[in-house]
Order: sequence, then C-alpha cells, then structure tokens
Amino acid sequence: MFSNPLIYFVVIPLLMLGALAICANIKQIRAVAVVGSVALMALSTYVLLQYLDMRAAGDNAPMLFVDSWQWFTPLNIHLAVGVDGISIAMLILSSVIIFAGSFASWQIPQPKAFFLWLILLSTGVFGFFISIDLFTMFMFYEVALIPMYLLIGVWGSGNKNYSAMKLTLMLMGGSAFLMLGLIGIYYHSSADGHLTWNILEIARNNSISTGWQHFLFPMTFVGFGVLGAMFPFHTWSPDGHASAPTAVSMLHAGVLMKLGGYGCFRVAIYLMPQAANDLAWIFLVLTGISVVYGAFSACVQTDLKYINAYSSVSHCGLVLFAILMLNTTAMTGAIMQMLSHGLMTALFFALIGMIYGRTHTRDIRQMGGLMKIMPYLAVCYVIAGMASLGLPGLSGFVAEMTIFVGSFQNSDMFHRVFTIVACCSIVITAVYILRVVGKLLFGPVQDKHHEELTDATWWERLSTVTLIVSVAAIGCFPNFFSNLIKTTFSPEIFTVLGLN
Amino acid sequence: MDYSQFLAMKQEIGLLIVFLLVFLYDTFMPRSADKQLPVFASVLMVIFTAVSCFCPCLAGSESAFAGMYETSAVIAAIKNILNIGVVIVLIQSVKWANSEEMAPRRGEFYELLLVTLFGMYLMISARHFLLFVIGLESASLPLAAMVALDKNRYESSEAAIKYILTAVFSSAVFMMGLSFVYALSGSLYFQNIYLALTGQHSTMLVLALAFVISGVGFKLSLVPFHLWTADVYQGAPTSVTSYLSVISKGAAAFAFLVILCQAFGAVYANIWEWMLYALIILTITVGNLFAIRQRNMKRFLAFSSVSQAGYIMLGVIAFNAMGLAALMYYILVYIFSNLAAFGVIGAIENATGKVSMDDYRGLSKTNPRLSLCMMLAMFSLAGIPPFAGFFSKFFIFTGAINQGSVTIYVLVLIALINTIISLYYYLLVVKAMYIAEEAPVVETFKSSCGERIGLWITIAGIIGLGIVSCIYNFLLDTTATSAINAYFL
Repeated sequence: MFSNPLIYFVVIPLLMLGALAICANIKQIRAVAVVGSVALMALSTYVLLQYLDMRAAGDNAPMLFVDSWQWFTPLNIHLAVGVDGISIAMLILSSVIIFAGSFASWQIPQPKAFFLWLILLSTGVFGFFISIDLFTMFMFYEVALIPMYLLIGVWGSGNKNYSAMKLTLMLMGGSAFLMLGLIGIYYHSSADGHLTWNILEIARNNSISTGWQHFLFPMTFVGFGVLGAMFPFHTWSPDGHASAPTAVSMLHAGVLMKLGGYGCFRVAIYLMPQAANDLAWIFLVLTGISVVYGAFSACVQTDLKYINAYSSVSHCGLVLFAILMLNTTAMTGAIMQMLSHGLMTALFFALIGMIYGRTHTRDIRQMGGLMKIMPYLAVCYVIAGMASLGLPGLSGFVAEMTIFVGSFQNSDMFHRVFTIVACCSIVITAVYILRVVGKLLFGPVQDKHHEELTDATWWERLSTVTLIVSVAAIGCFPNFFSNLIKTTFSPEIFTVLGLN
Repeated sequence: MDYSQFLAMKQEIGLLIVFLLVFLYDTFMPRSADKQLPVFASVLMVIFTAVSCFCPCLAGSESAFAGMYETSAVIAAIKNILNIGVVIVLIQSVKWANSEEMAPRRGEFYELLLVTLFGMYLMISARHFLLFVIGLESASLPLAAMVALDKNRYESSEAAIKYILTAVFSSAVFMMGLSFVYALSGSLYFQNIYLALTGQHSTMLVLALAFVISGVGFKLSLVPFHLWTADVYQGAPTSVTSYLSVISKGAAAFAFLVILCQAFGAVYANIWEWMLYALIILTITVGNLFAIRQRNMKRFLAFSSVSQAGYIMLGVIAFNAMGLAALMYYILVYIFSNLAAFGVIGAIENATGKVSMDDYRGLSKTNPRLSLCMMLAMFSLAGIPPFAGFFSKFFIFTGAINQGSVTIYVLVLIALINTIISLYYYLLVVKAMYIAEEAPVVETFKSSCGERIGLWITIAGIIGLGIVSCIYNFLLDTTATSAINAYFL
C-alpha cells in the first residue's frame, strides 16, 4: 500500500495532524506546518516528474499510479487512487497554496486548533484529488467542507456566524444532491451486475442509459457546481470569503472552489457525456450569468474582500463555462484557469489580509496612498491585479485566451453569443481592478494613522513571492502546463466522451 | 414438553443469569456493599456481552416452541448491538446511580433495565404475535417505572404518567390490529400470516396494517405518534433517557422490520410501502423542524431522535438484505453517537444541573474535552465524514435506493435535503460551545471515572466504526446469507 506515492498525499497531512496534537508551543506548530507543507510540495513535484517520465516513455493509460485497496467489500467500495495531468496540476496548486497559507497565518490566535482544522481541510482536498473511487472521493469532499464552519466561525471577522452557517449549509445542500447522484451512478455503473464505484471502470462500461443520465447529470453537476459558485448557488461565496480569516480565504478560493470544477469534469461530464451534450445549454446559461454578474457585482463593492469574492464568482464561473464547451481547447483552458485563478486569488486574499492586519479596515473609501506607505505590498497588489485582468506574461492571460479560443470553436450561434458575452467580463474585470488599484494604492493618504504603518515582514514576503513566482511561471511557460493537461484529453478519453 | 428447547434461547438465558445475579446481590448483600452494585452490574454486563459477541455457538439458526421463537446469526448480531449499547449506558450511569437520592432505588434501576432488555430480546426473536406482545409489554411497562425513578422531581412523575398512558394506548391499538390480522389469516404465526395474506387486498387489511404500524410507531416515536417523546425524554433521568432513545428505539426498529417483512411481506407493494413512505417523510421533516426550536438539550435530542427514527425506517422500506444490514449498522452507529451526546449532557447535568443549550455557551473554554466529545457526537449524528454517522447514512441511502423504483429516489432526496436542516441544528450546539463569545456559564469540572470511560468508548466508536470496514462487511455478509431474505420479494 505504501509503495504508491499518491497515498502519501493523505499520510503526510495525517502525520501533521498527529504532530500538531502533541505540539506545546507556537514555534513547534509553525515548524510542523512549514515542514509538512514543504514535504507536500516536494511530493507533488516528485509525482509530476515521475508522471512526465512515464508519459515520455509512452505510457498512455488514462491514469497513472493507479492502485486500489478493498474497503467495504460487499459494496465494492475501494480506496482507489490514480492521477492524470489535471489531478497533478491540482495537487501542485494545493500544495503551493497550503505552503503560502501557512506563512500567511504566522500570527493567528489559538494556532494549534487553527492548524488542526486547516490541515484536516487539506487532507480532504488532497484525498479528493487523488481518489478515483466515487465513494472515497465524496467522503474526502465532505471532509474538506466541514472544517470551514469552525475556521470561519471561530477565527473569522465581521458577520461571521451568519456567513459560516450559510456557507456550510449551502455547500452541504449541494453535497446532498451529489450523494443521490453518486448512488444513482453506482446502481447504473455496469450492465452485467458487477456494480462499481471506480470512475475508470464506469467510464469504460459506459452503461448509464440516456434517460438516467438526464436525471443524474444535473444532480452531480449542481452538487459540484454549488462549490464552483454557479449562479444562483453562489451566494455563500462572497459572505464566506469576506468573513473568513486570511489563510482560509486563500485555501477556500484557491483550492476548495476548484473541487467544484474538477468534480464537474471528472464525475458529471466524464461519466455522463451524453447528458452533458444534451443539457450543457442550461448550465452554460447559468455559468454565463455567473461570469458577467460576478464581474458587475465586484464593480460596486467597497469592501476589498467582497470585491475579490465576486471576482472569484466570475472567474470560477468561467471555469465551468469552459468545461461545458466540451472541446479539448476550452477544457484545457478551464484547467489553466483553475490554476491561474487559484494562485492569483490566493495572492489577493493574502495581500488583503496583510493590509487589513495593518489598517484594520477593508473599506476602500477609508484607505488611500498605500503605495507610499507599504510599497512592497502595493506592488504585489498591482501584480495580482494585472494577472486578474489578463496581462500577457501572467497566468490570467494564458487561461482566458485558451478558453475563449476554444469556446469560439463551437460554430453555432448559441455558443458564439455566449462566448462574446463572457468575453465582456474581461473589460468589466479591468474596471473593478483598476478602480481598486487607483483608490487604494494611489491618491492621497486618507487616514493619518496609516502613515506610521510598516511594510511586509519576512514571512509575508515569502508567502507572496511564492505565489507571484507561480503566477508568472504559468504566464511565461504556458506550454509546459497545457501539455501536462492536454495529455489527459487523449483520444481514447474522447471516445469515451463520445465527442470530438 | 421437551425442555431442551430452552437451550435454543442462549442469549436470553445469559441475560437471565445476569439479572438473577444482580437481583440476588441487591437483595442479600449488606447495605455497605450497596455502593458496589453499579460496578458489579456493569462488569457482569460487559462479561455477558463479550461472551455473546465472540461465542461461536450463537452463529447457527435455531427455533423453539413450534416455531414461536427463532434465533440466527442476524438476530444474535442485533442483540449484541443492543448489549453494547446497554454496557455503555450502565458505565455512564454509575455516578448517577451512586448518588444519595438514588440510594433506596439503586437496585430497581438495574433490575428494571435488564427486564426491559429481556423483553426486547423476545420482541426480536418472536415469530408468533403472542410472544411478540409479551416481549413488547415487558419492554414497555417497566420503562415507565424507570422514567419515574427521580420520584422527587415533578417532571419525572409527569413523564412516567405520559409514557405509561401512551404505551398502554399504543398496545391497545396494536392488538386491535392483530385481531383484524387474525380474522383475515386465521393464525398468529408470522409465516402463516404471510402465506394467508399473499395476493389479498381489502379494506380490513389496510386497517389492520394501519393499526399495527401505528402501534409500533408509538414505540419508535414516528410522527404523528411522537407526541410523548419530548416530554418523556426531558422528564426522565438522563441515564434512562439515553437508554430509551437508543436501545428501546433500536430494538423496536429491528422488530418492526421483522414483522413487516416476515408477517406482512406479501403485501409490501400494495399496502405498507406507501404507508411507511408517508410516515418517513413526516417523521424526518417534522422531527427536524421541531428540533430547531428547542433550547433544552434533552428535548433537542428527543426531536433529533424522532428524525433519526425516520432515517432508520429507510432501511425497512428498502425491503432487501442491504436495507436490513444498513438498518442494523445505523442502529449501532446511532447508539454510539447518541450515547456520546447523552454522556456529555449527563456529565454536565450531574456536575452543575444545567441542561439548557444556552448554558453550553463557551463550554470549549472551560471544558475543552467534553466540548470535543459533544462536537464529534453532533458531527456523527449529522453525518459528517470521517465519523461513523456519515457511513451509516450513506449505506442506508444506498440500501434504500437498491429497491430501485423512482419513488424511492424521491424519498431519498427528501431525506437528504432534511439532513441539511438537521445539520443546521446540530451546528447550533457546536456554535454555542465554540463560537459564542459570551462568558462561559459552566465552570471547569472533572467528570467522574465512569462518565469518562463511557465517553472514551463512544468516541472510539464514532471514529472507528466507519473507517474500520469489517463491522459493516460482517453485517452485510451475515444478512445476505440469512433466512430472512426469503421474505423479501
């Protein structure tokens, strides 16, 4: 069991939980968090290199490192793991953000409990990305959701009781639909009575009838779509992000919302391609609304976190939008957008947390001229903003370009009109980003007390530099990432999808 | 008469020995040794449970008294599940039983408890309605006395009166139904009823089933027969409440499944499927909605247990071996989760006398370990992984959907949406303990040894029962090969 490197993505966080439980002081807690997250980064790099080697050697199985251990034998539930390019991209993203998040919560009160919940959350996230068994996948998915309640409720700010409850209930509501969808998939997973939860086997059997697909596809897509902030189920996201402490916002917007997009692709579309083809239009309309509506909402907010949260709704909407275009280019763009949005929104939330920690306000009307006071943080903010509005050389450009090129490949009027509408969001993004940058960073200092504030400390610098480097890496070497992802959409998978 | 037939009742005989030893100890030991009775009874029960869990002689099927009594691996397993629950209840109640005001009634608690357990054994093993009714009565009537054990408290006596009236009334309704069944089938043997009713459909049969289901529904506190639940749970001593809410309910749920499948299985699709369908929706929804408004923790858990009974019934409506296994597993997990919650409530009540949810504010600051136990219990009841409640919910839904019809999908969807409501009120407790910023009400205190051991066991169960898959695998394997499968259509 332990010869498979993937299992360590769950083992390391569990060891971290054990170590945290016996930690006595803040130094030890920090050490555990840093050592653990470095180990996770190293592990994901190792898996990436191994994966590329195996692909280069001509191994074109749909997933690599596949392994499966029996769990609930009579129900054929296994602990099954396996990764392809998409999962590896997500694993790298998660480990980078957890690393940056540990540094961003360097001085959190009650550090022990905080890190325990945070690491439990990341156990769920990693477990979700490595699982290819629907049951284990769903279990890890829920493990990742519940710590949010306490993380926001205890360490959050503002209207935290309301936000924490709303977020938890809406996400769990989504997972209620999801659970029904998954059990339904299980009972139709095989024509010859050997029912299975394994995604690869279900896709190979391809035995879900069209009628059942039309019932189960919306269940799973909505279930995951709630976490992907799909309109009209996105309302948990602005409140939740605004109330959450810094590292939690980072992890949640950066990684957890990606669980939604990833699940929509991996479960809903991958297993029920026919229904995806038939029903995509409904969800294209909804996600199209998310994209534009999120961007417009961000324009009128005055709280920094709300601006970024609505921006996340818009960007994550774009992920689902691109997945539903059902072609290789757009889907590659969707995964690139997940990476890009994850990193840059984590950077945003980290910066907002750092600024808020100094000024004790997030209202852009009460701040100004921060470029003079804290030049380092201000420059980082500009970089994040540029990545968000799609400046070439940074990640946002690569992702959005790929998405829109791919979307436009669908030659019918409906898809083209929606592509054009979604494209407009780029302009709106520029409006709200430049508005914030102008008000917050330039102009006169609004509050005299702000002039005595200090710039970033070393741990804050480390956290932001990691994220900026990653954002720039995607922007400068997009081919590396798009090749990694594209190998997933290899021909045999598209024959399973039954699409071009 | 062949007296060797009694040897088929191995678990009943074991329990009878435990009862007799406790009774003799209570009667003949000197007053000074009285304080050791709770420990003595707990140890006896632990030994009995261990023997009955691991004794290989219980694996086979046997029947006695011309088929009135039956035992098999599945039945032995459900009795063991109940035994485990009783062990935890006994360990948790040591401190309460040793308190001053309980001194004159200490023995009664244990004797009555064991008698009711004996009644539940008979209910589970009965294959003839006469034996079933004997079991049902001896499981119900002594419970009323147990509810009244705190006789100096006004609420306790009130609860006992309410309990006995509803219990007697529901028995009457149940027996009314039985008389209809007898008129239709000419027998009280489950098997004969099954054969006689095959293909029948008449108004009288519908009425008969309505009476039978509502009779057992009282015991299970299904809505609309749940009205006694909250008052009785609140009024009864906490140890009795916990016994009432898990053991009594678990036994009734299993017995309910047995009579519906073995006696009335032939009219599943025609008659009782839709009755149960409506009852489940009502039970889950009403239980959940009422739980939201409760401030007293015991009333709160009463309504929570009403809705949990609805989930347990999903295993009955599934009408297949997977549903049966899931029902047994659900009962086991529910015993651990609910007893963890009652363990914390009891510990706090014994130390400070406080039972309101408002008193739990800031508990995590003064009693971090108790709050952690309570939180895990709430998560498990709400069905959050990796705790056992998640697995039991998942499996009971999987079992129900195995039935295959679209209407069951709708029922499961309703149940799933209800889990969100239940999550809301379970989180209210977590919120009070961890998030509320008011000054803590309950001072730091040290809980007694028994309470701590009880909580350790339940927490180990909450964490382990799901992840360690062999328990569910064992239950599903046992039920899949069980004779009861012949009754599923």
